Amino acid sequence: MKCIIVDDEKIARVIITTLCKEIKNVEILEEFSNAIQALKFLNENKVDLIFLDIHMPDFNGLDFIKSLKNPPKIILTTSDPKFAIEAFEYDFIVDYLLKPIELSRFQKAVIKAENKKVDKIASRSNKQDIANDFYINIDRRLIKIDLPSIYLIEAKGDYIHIKTDDKNYVVHSTLKKIEEKLPDSLFLKIHRSYIINIKKIIDIEDNSVLIKKDVIPVSRSKRPELMKRLDLL
Amino acid sequence: MEKPNIDYIEQLARGDAAVRKTLVDVIKSEFPEERKEYFESFEKKDFKKIEENVHKLKHKISILGLEKSYGLANAYEHNLRESSIDGSKDFEKTLTTITDFIEIL
Repeated sequence: MKCIIVDDEKIARVIITTLCKEIKNVEILEEFSNAIQALKFLNENKVDLIFLDIHMPDFNGLDFIKSLKNPPKIILTTSDPKFAIEAFEYDFIVDYLLKPIELSRFQKAVIKAENKKVDKIASRSNKQDIANDFYINIDRRLIKIDLPSIYLIEAKGDYIHIKTDDKNYVVHSTLKKIEEKLPDSLFLKIHRSYIINIKKIIDIEDNSVLIKKDVIPVSRSKRPELMKRLDLL
Repeated sequence: MEKPNIDYIEQLARGDAAVRKTLVDVIKSEFPEERKEYFESFEKKDFKKIEENVHKLKHKISILGLEKSYGLANAYEHNLRESSIDGSKDFEKTLTTITDFIEIL
């Protein structure tokens, strides 16, 4: 099994590497102190199993799990079992190990991972049958808007502001209503007041994205979904 | 007060001196850094950061076989979530004990 280790503590990574040397058929491909680096690696490499720490600063193990497109099997490693409970709703979580990890318990978890069959995760539904444009009603005129040209939609009271490459529009509607008409492949609600076109993102820093000249906040709960949707190099 | 030990490290190393050395070296380099970060966060009264620091240090406490201190650190970590520093004195004593111990390793 090809494995990676994700843990912000070096001693934890060294201990898992040491334990893996005692087990046949386990190869550590890489270790990461940072979950975002691990996501990038997973985009380019086939991995069978991840040893994942739950409690990490900034982007924790649960955020990481929610960001995975095609999750391999995962063994959680934690000092606190209550953090593992939430993760167990996922079929690909094989086991959790309490730190400090004992060899015999580690071996059991790896055997469990080898034997576990994980159902293919159903891919997220895309509203691909939705047209490439839609009409908005402004002053009793119906104006056609090309969807890919929209880069930002902002809720302001009873109105939404639609910003496109060429022009901005103010429409009497809600984010919820317009969200239903937008293709998942292009758009993502990153905050209760903002939907963005993910293809137009210039950069992401901490809890905000730069899109055109607008800096838009990203809710903590939306960050994993955003990371999942990006093609990280 | 209970004393630190390297029983767990010896178990992992299974007699391999190189493995033992690697594990000890990592603790010797990582622990002082984490200890320093803890006191910096404490100085700033950044409770979220202090909690993160305590969580990391807790693992070292358990690796060094300090079971009672581990329990106290757990309680302290919990108190920090409620923005309380109850337990800080005991925790800092544990840090001193470990600092003294790893110096002679």
